[in-house]
Amino acid sequence: MSTSVKTSVTPNDMTVYQAQATASAASGAPAPLKDLRSAGAAAFARLGFPSTRSEDWAYTNVSAIANTTFVAATDRAPDVLRSVQELEAFSFGSAWPMLVFLNGRFMPALSSHEALPDGVRVMPLAQAAIDEPELLHRYLGSTAPADRDGFTALNAAFAGEGALVCVSKEMVTEVPIHLVHLTTADGAGVMSHPRHLIIVERQAKASVIESYVSTADVTYFTNTVTEVVLEDGATLHHVRVQRESLSAFHVGTIEALQGRDSHFLQFSFQTGAQLSRSNVYTVLNGDGGGTTLNGLYMLDGTQHGDHQTRVEHVAPNCFSRELYKGLLDGQSHGVFNGKVYVHPEAQKTDGKQTNNTLLLSADAQIDTKPQLEIFADDVKCTHGATVGRMDETSLFYLKSRGVGSVLAKQLLMYAFAADAIETIENEAVKEELEKMTLVRFTGTATTK
Amino acid sequence: MLVIRDLHASVGGTPILNGISLTVNAGEVHAIMGPNGSGKSTLAQVLAGHPAYEVTGGEVWYQGENLLEMAPEARAQQGVFLAFQYPVEIPGVTNAYFLRAAYNEIRRAKGVDEVDPMEFLDLVEEKLKLVDMDVSMMNRSVNMGFSGGEKKRNEILQMAVLEPTLAILDETDSGLDIDALRIVAGGVNALRKPTNATIVVTHYQRLLNYVVPDYVHVLAGGRIVKSGDKSLALELEARGYDWVLEAA
Repeated sequence: MSTSVKTSVTPNDMTVYQAQATASAASGAPAPLKDLRSAGAAAFARLGFPSTRSEDWAYTNVSAIANTTFVAATDRAPDVLRSVQELEAFSFGSAWPMLVFLNGRFMPALSSHEALPDGVRVMPLAQAAIDEPELLHRYLGSTAPADRDGFTALNAAFAGEGALVCVSKEMVTEVPIHLVHLTTADGAGVMSHPRHLIIVERQAKASVIESYVSTADVTYFTNTVTEVVLEDGATLHHVRVQRESLSAFHVGTIEALQGRDSHFLQFSFQTGAQLSRSNVYTVLNGDGGGTTLNGLYMLDGTQHGDHQTRVEHVAPNCFSRELYKGLLDGQSHGVFNGKVYVHPEAQKTDGKQTNNTLLLSADAQIDTKPQLEIFADDVKCTHGATVGRMDETSLFYLKSRGVGSVLAKQLLMYAFAADAIETIENEAVKEELEKMTLVRFTGTATTK
Repeated sequence: MLVIRDLHASVGGTPILNGISLTVNAGEVHAIMGPNGSGKSTLAQVLAGHPAYEVTGGEVWYQGENLLEMAPEARAQQGVFLAFQYPVEIPGVTNAYFLRAAYNEIRRAKGVDEVDPMEFLDLVEEKLKLVDMDVSMMNRSVNMGFSGGEKKRNEILQMAVLEPTLAILDETDSGLDIDALRIVAGGVNALRKPTNATIVVTHYQRLLNYVVPDYVHVLAGGRIVKSGDKSLALELEARGYDWVLEAA
């Protein structure tokens, strides 16, 4: 008797991922990691990769990831950086404490996280699993549980690389902690599943930057999860810079849980990857908290970039602000899906969400869907999305001053983007990203 | 310098200019007046090359060249300048960068070397005095958060830096208080030379007390219905537009 196999439901390489996940869960590791891996492998076996039939993935088809076999970074020996200059280009010109992950593996020799003020603990996750088992037991997999979705499950199954950043109560630090994920030519064919845990204790203030960058146009798969815990009165400035190679796959998830009067400010900058998905989720769990989620994506060629945000207003008197801007050229495809849920108890919620996209070519497209679901009756929430082409009057204004057509367009694209970048608090990061944006559009690095 | 012959133009299929003829010589100031909707601003925009307006007939010669065949930036590079009624805001691009980019594009078109930021700043500082603007305005985004008066002064600053041969001021006086009007007019007058010309588009005679025209033209229904000297502007101020329109 013959049976037909429905490959569309279970792509062939799903079984490869499944086997890899099971092996990872069975391998030896300190308890907090081993527990997460087991939960992840079990969840992935149940969930698999998301399909476009699921509402949250309707516009993003991940079969290119599912049908490619990668080697887990944790299964390989660490590579060596051929030249330190390769790293310097991504350091924002600053000497911030830094954890460097090269082709998915933590590189102690390239990292500098020893000279930190008292009350700021930064260490690789593998070390934290040994030194801080109770902390990890308590928080690892708490804001981003292993069964959230297929990618988070897969990330859990391979838990091992990543960082713990813990800022003690009332400790205020302006110096950012920089987590750098660098892929070189040696990283071709690698998949990495970094998991970062950021804990900001009550009344403390911290700043974390995550960079995902590449020096070679190679294919690899980054599937990262960052868990953020903000205790009462805590503040976190968080910037994620996604400049992966244009052949790479990138799935990045940030999940935060916010206490009373806490403030989470997240900025997502994206120019990289052939196929990428960004999830930024936060739960406002205590009275008087606030969230600011901003982002800028600039896509070209056949790039596909999907940005999802979700703000859950559980407690009353909280505010949320969102501004995502996109510039789409070539045949690129952008997706924005922003959800704001206001729970019945969350009275006096003040929410505002905006997504503006500029289409620079006839073939670029955007699917944008701001969503509000409100179950409280005394709230102030607005949302809006615009999709447009370049403003003719502005273009004419520049041309009427003698500025040529090409430069005029570039300046207006930059102007559109600059509006979002200006919301970044860290001056060095802001200037560097502005410069990057400007170079992208004008070929020179100053509007000053 | 500028010869307009039987110019017709429309926007979105609606005719706005219905046969305008006008000659402007070097050293002259022409005022274009008229009621709302008469086509004053359209004439200004067409001369600068706004793509929303379609020229449906007639011709425009500027310094012996066919102006209508030139792209807006080419017109600017050849010395045509339009001071906008509603200057555009450009977030993220500083006034200094924008103005230097424009200045250098015009220099490049003339085959002259570009200037670096320091040289340019020296040049601008001189021009800033003309319109009573502080140098700090140069580091702000173009027209962002500027008051109405500051925007108009910024237009005249651009004009001062770019030194046009033909300047067209579109309702530059609208929304200005008397002090700002004096400053703007003072700037315009300081830039007058025997070799350049100015077209002042305005609804009111007020600006013409300061920028004194050699000729005044009244536009109605997309045509020039009456021309005269500066006394015509005073008469319009005293009697309104109706009598001219009836006579036409």
